Amino acid sequence: MAILVFEDGSVFRGKSFGYRGVASGEVIFNTSMMGYQEELTDPSYYGQILVSTYTQIGNTGTTPQDCESDRTYLGGFIVKEYLDYPSNFRSKESLDSFMIRHRVVGMSDIDTRMLVRRLRIKGSMMGIVSSFDEGEDELRKRLQKAPVLVGRDIVTEITAKQAYDFDESRWSIQRGYERMANQDGPMVAVYDFGVKRNILRSLVSAGMRVRVFPCTTPVGELLKSEYKGVVLSNGPGDPVALSYIIENARELIRNNKPILGICLGHQILGLALGGEAIKLKFGHHGANQAVLNVKTHGVEVTVQNHGFAIRPESVQDRVHITHINLNDRTLEGFYHKDRPILSAQHHPEASPGPREAGYLFREFARLVHERA
Amino acid sequence: MPKRKDLKKIMLIGSGPIIIGQASEFDYSGTQSCKALRAEGIEGVLVNSNPATIMTDPEFADRTYIEPITPDILQKIIASERPDALLPTMGGQTALNMAVALSDSGVLKQYGVELIGARLDTIKKAEDRELFKSSMQKIGLKVPFSRYAHSKEEGIRFAKDIGFPVIIRPSFTLGGSGASIAYNREEFEDKLDYGLGASPSHEVLLEESVLGWKEFELEMMRDKNDNCIVVCSIENFDPMGVHTGDSITVAPAQTLTDKEYQNMRDAAIGIMREIGIESGGSNIQFAINPANGDMVVIEMNPRVSRSSALASKATGYPIAKVATKLAIGYTLDEITNDITKNTKASFEPSIDYVVTKIPKFTFEKFPQADNTLTTQMKSVGEAMAIGRTFKESFQKALRSLESGLYGLVPRIHPNDYRAPGTRDSLVSGLKRPSPDQLFSIGDALRMGLSVQEIHGYTMIDPWFLNNLREMVAYEDTIRSLKGYSLSSGQAVKVIKEAKKMGFADRYIAGLLGVAESALRKSRIASSIGPVYKVVDTCGAEFEAYTPYLYSTYEEENESSVSRKKRVIILGSGPNRIGQGIEFDYCCVHASFALREEGYESIMINSNPETVSTDYDTSDKLYFEPVTFEDVMSVVDHEKPQGVIVQFGGQTPLKLAKMLEAAGVQILGTSPDSIDIAEDRKRFRELLERIGLRQPASLTATSTEEAIRIGNTIGFPLILRPSYVLGGRAMEIVYDTESLVEYMEKAVNVSEDKPVLVDRFLESATEIDVDAISDGDLVVVGGIMEHIEEAGIHSGDSACSLPPFSLSKHLVDEITMQTKIIAKSLDVIGLINIQFAVKDNEVYILEVNPRASRTVPFVSKSIGVPLAKLAMKVMLGRKLKDLGFTKEVVTDYVTVKEAVLPFIKLPGVDTLLGPEMKSTGEVMGIDRDFALAFAKSQLASNTVLPSRGNVFISVKDSDKMLIVPIAKSLKELGFNIVATRGTAEVLRSSDIEVRVVNKVQEGRPHIVDLIKNGDIGMLINTTFGKKSIRDSYSIRRSAITYNIPYYTTIEGAQAAYKAIVALINGTITVTPIQSLYRHQGPGGGTEHA
Repeated sequence: MAILVFEDGSVFRGKSFGYRGVASGEVIFNTSMMGYQEELTDPSYYGQILVSTYTQIGNTGTTPQDCESDRTYLGGFIVKEYLDYPSNFRSKESLDSFMIRHRVVGMSDIDTRMLVRRLRIKGSMMGIVSSFDEGEDELRKRLQKAPVLVGRDIVTEITAKQAYDFDESRWSIQRGYERMANQDGPMVAVYDFGVKRNILRSLVSAGMRVRVFPCTTPVGELLKSEYKGVVLSNGPGDPVALSYIIENARELIRNNKPILGICLGHQILGLALGGEAIKLKFGHHGANQAVLNVKTHGVEVTVQNHGFAIRPESVQDRVHITHINLNDRTLEGFYHKDRPILSAQHHPEASPGPREAGYLFREFARLVHERA
Repeated sequence: MPKRKDLKKIMLIGSGPIIIGQASEFDYSGTQSCKALRAEGIEGVLVNSNPATIMTDPEFADRTYIEPITPDILQKIIASERPDALLPTMGGQTALNMAVALSDSGVLKQYGVELIGARLDTIKKAEDRELFKSSMQKIGLKVPFSRYAHSKEEGIRFAKDIGFPVIIRPSFTLGGSGASIAYNREEFEDKLDYGLGASPSHEVLLEESVLGWKEFELEMMRDKNDNCIVVCSIENFDPMGVHTGDSITVAPAQTLTDKEYQNMRDAAIGIMREIGIESGGSNIQFAINPANGDMVVIEMNPRVSRSSALASKATGYPIAKVATKLAIGYTLDEITNDITKNTKASFEPSIDYVVTKIPKFTFEKFPQADNTLTTQMKSVGEAMAIGRTFKESFQKALRSLESGLYGLVPRIHPNDYRAPGTRDSLVSGLKRPSPDQLFSIGDALRMGLSVQEIHGYTMIDPWFLNNLREMVAYEDTIRSLKGYSLSSGQAVKVIKEAKKMGFADRYIAGLLGVAESALRKSRIASSIGPVYKVVDTCGAEFEAYTPYLYSTYEEENESSVSRKKRVIILGSGPNRIGQGIEFDYCCVHASFALREEGYESIMINSNPETVSTDYDTSDKLYFEPVTFEDVMSVVDHEKPQGVIVQFGGQTPLKLAKMLEAAGVQILGTSPDSIDIAEDRKRFRELLERIGLRQPASLTATSTEEAIRIGNTIGFPLILRPSYVLGGRAMEIVYDTESLVEYMEKAVNVSEDKPVLVDRFLESATEIDVDAISDGDLVVVGGIMEHIEEAGIHSGDSACSLPPFSLSKHLVDEITMQTKIIAKSLDVIGLINIQFAVKDNEVYILEVNPRASRTVPFVSKSIGVPLAKLAMKVMLGRKLKDLGFTKEVVTDYVTVKEAVLPFIKLPGVDTLLGPEMKSTGEVMGIDRDFALAFAKSQLASNTVLPSRGNVFISVKDSDKMLIVPIAKSLKELGFNIVATRGTAEVLRSSDIEVRVVNKVQEGRPHIVDLIKNGDIGMLINTTFGKKSIRDSYSIRRSAITYNIPYYTTIEGAQAAYKAIVALINGTITVTPIQSLYRHQGPGGGTEHA
């Protein structure tokens, strides 16, 4: 038995799988048909409850290779059907056991499509999922006390405890991840707001040396000349709450550091440039989002995972808008009119999802080279 | 970049007749394409020889040529139409081959016609295996190792290098014709011979087998700005080695992690770029080694395909329509997604359900055919089902097949589990891919074999097997309810869970030993019923505006019932021999008519290949199995004013009585009238009452009774089981011995399953009539005279409209009898009657008070949309108001010719009989019979010779009849080659003949001559079992070498006339729109 209670009072019942426990958070849905393991380990999902629109989950089990960080961040994972017989030569552990180990509360056998339609129509809601037969009222009470995302700094909680170097590079099915030292490559610093490993791997693949810093690292450290560029990583939550980080970003901009912003990092850049952040009704979470590349008039199928966005009007006097979401015309990417800054609201590192926006890392590498 | 302004007129080539491997999916794509061109204001010129298509309706293109699809004919059309461009990617391999031929011969250049959708070099790079292989290697992708062989010796040498098993693919054959797998040297030599023979260039590709690997397909789209998307991923349930058309397939892919899937996606995009697909869709197939993830590219189709039709239906993304728009210059981001309205075609659909397709086979019609599934496609149709889980969609697809199975039924009785030999035969059933393999898996699971073991035998992915395991295991849970009341809490819980897993009412009832109706009743009383979800391309992320629905057992119902008057049309389910595109054509017309009359049209069908299951054909589409349970669920939800069963062939007809008993209003002719026509006894009584004649007929419930009847009414007899469509298990017998054999072997005769015994009217002329009745007025649509004599199934027989030999008196008599029958059966809608004329007497063979297979042909022939009118009549309109009050007289002749599947089924005899065997049909139109027949032959890929040798071998009763034909052929300059008996007769009439050995008379014999290319045409009529057996290899090699052969005197006569016409005149082409312009009343009613 599992039960899901929403802030609007609605209640869903289903079966439980994974960790038996209680989790609360903003309930969002993702339309990607594959890559549940990458999602579970994506720090951007911190404190959220994820509903998978695709219905058959567990099919390929899990493997350490497909982790985007060393733990999970989701509170709960809600699916139509969990299938406990992984079939893939790479699978090392079933999803059920992986979720138990990582304390992710799973719920299955509910009308996930109804859930998703409700979220689409009403917008994201807070919810609480429990695998115990607790009273609805008790859960409602607990839900009221659950911390909300807006206005909250989560990043400081989950950032790396200390700086570290990263040399994992591209993945192949035969050899797994290669390691690349990039001895002659430029060193870039990554501000870790909850960074996905594939961002780091993409940077390494593009020929850079990568050092990751806790987000609390004073900006002076990253301004050092040995760091030829700075990456503002993805991460969870409300960008507006991260005032010290926004201030650090301004400092980097002032000093003409080449910067790449991704997702939360992009929002922080937007705010640092004087822009305005808005909360989307139910966010963009999926691997099929069509984005227009303004420069080439080409369309990129991108991976997205964000609940906030920067209003294009609020930054357009300072940046060239390079990418626009074809579904709702929201801002998906820009470069600065006169500073070496590239930024993407979507996830060029993919994982899970189409990799075609990965060229952004090479563009950033070029930018870094030009300035170096 | 918006659409190109320079393209004002575009020519589209259809795929021609339905054959195995090329079916109604190309009507679906072609129709979408025609509609897209029209919406863009571009003049469409369409060529297709298949009259049973929606796309060849006069409203869909501006100029529609129902003409043979050959380079010569296409050149004539191009010369007269002067299109700006040719779009060859909508008509399957046929259209693509034509585009190549027209480019290579310089015709396109000569007339300044641009190839759009796919460039010539692109087509060649994708189609030529060597070029494809080197392209793949260039971009770092692997393909299976392969080499070409041109002789047996070369082949044997190469096979040693490649190792067994080896795949043999003859070059330049359609749809993988002749491809096979050899597991050892001995088998290899036989199959190599066959393959070399099947290839027109005497060339085969020998290929490393990746047997047992997992097979995947990606449906891709790319535009001229290099935007490239995956519309759908498909995973085959069956491993490599089974043609994807014969495989159960599932969307989306189930057993790939994102990393592996993205590798495949990247590879697919790389392939699209390297091959150069710049404005259209493609299907790319991959094989994955399950042990280590190694990936090889199998092939690509640079055009819309059967898989893309499936992908369109599976996702809601209209691939053909989008591909057409790309071809005329749009880019993906400029095309609106019809379903969400607010998003563009440049995204990748995300689906929140599982789609399963299961192919439909008709091996029961070809007992000699080997039902092992291999690299050559053998299925004739497919059913698709949508469910929220794999289990649900799989079980829905299984019952959609309408094979009388409502689930994964056991084939082995539990008592036999331990019997000696059971396990061995089970294991061999598991090891050999066949339509039965699935049921062996079910039995194996019931017998306790592990998934690992079954995987070892079948190589089917354990994920699928585990799903089946859970399904089969749940059967026990259901069975454990025995003894409980169906309304008990426990029963309700279990039944609800079973419904979620997709179990059919009927199957659950069977497990519990109760009637389906009882289960249904208690299920409804316990409020267990389906809800309907929308197929929306986006996993509910955006609002959907298109009511394309499927059922599932969940909470929220998204199907809102409108306030309009509404009617449900029951579709015809998966294609099969005897029930195919013709019925879909009628259903689509019914839908158009309903919309024109202000009704909401609601379609229920399970066939993904069709126009009827396109999301914008009807106001609402329920993609559901056409079974009683699933139809009733929709009816209960929609509460329509009526349900239409007349148009979908036997599938809905079989449900008519049950639906009526359940209180459903059946529109049009009453189920009781249908029953009168189908029930022999009631029908005989009717004919006696109205004084019409039928051949002597009786019903036998035992062999003894049959013999008695035989002696009373006299041989020859035509025998058939009651209630059959398409002449299943029908046979003509000439003596008691064969009668006994039939009764004892062919059918399972019993009290409630009697055999119908009719006097067979030998050498009679068979007539087909389609008519329409509004209750007051009956108008005959067309009288078709068969070219083959009675006894050959009407679906396999060529026919002419108007009749070519009937006297006016007989035509009047037939018209009158048709009207009498229609009136006496109170027909409202369509009626089809088969008559036989012998010695100027008219006999009634069969009456079908419903849409028949010939309705589209007649409609195309006379330029009147009969099915549409019939639908309106069923709504209460009168023919008078509709402007169709008298028979149409045409000043041209149309000939329908059947297209047979023998080339795909090695080892099967090609002789025609009362059992229908054809998969499709073509139509020839011209000013006289000879020319129209000639066109019908051209269109069915029969190349009539203009000189050379004609082989003649006829049965005794035909010997005198063949003399004038032989004489005339001789006069035309042909040489006659004949077997001894025939030669003697011809010589005695002073015809010079060269005698050739029959096969059993020693070499060189006739088959040697055929193989050497010395024979241009064969006339071979047979009598009796021995003669049929003796001449088998002649007919078979005629098929292999594509030599026209006629097995009846009538056919030979028509062929002679056609040859004369071809020699004397040049063939001209005419669009149907200008033919109909001269037509009488009724033509050109308004359209959708």
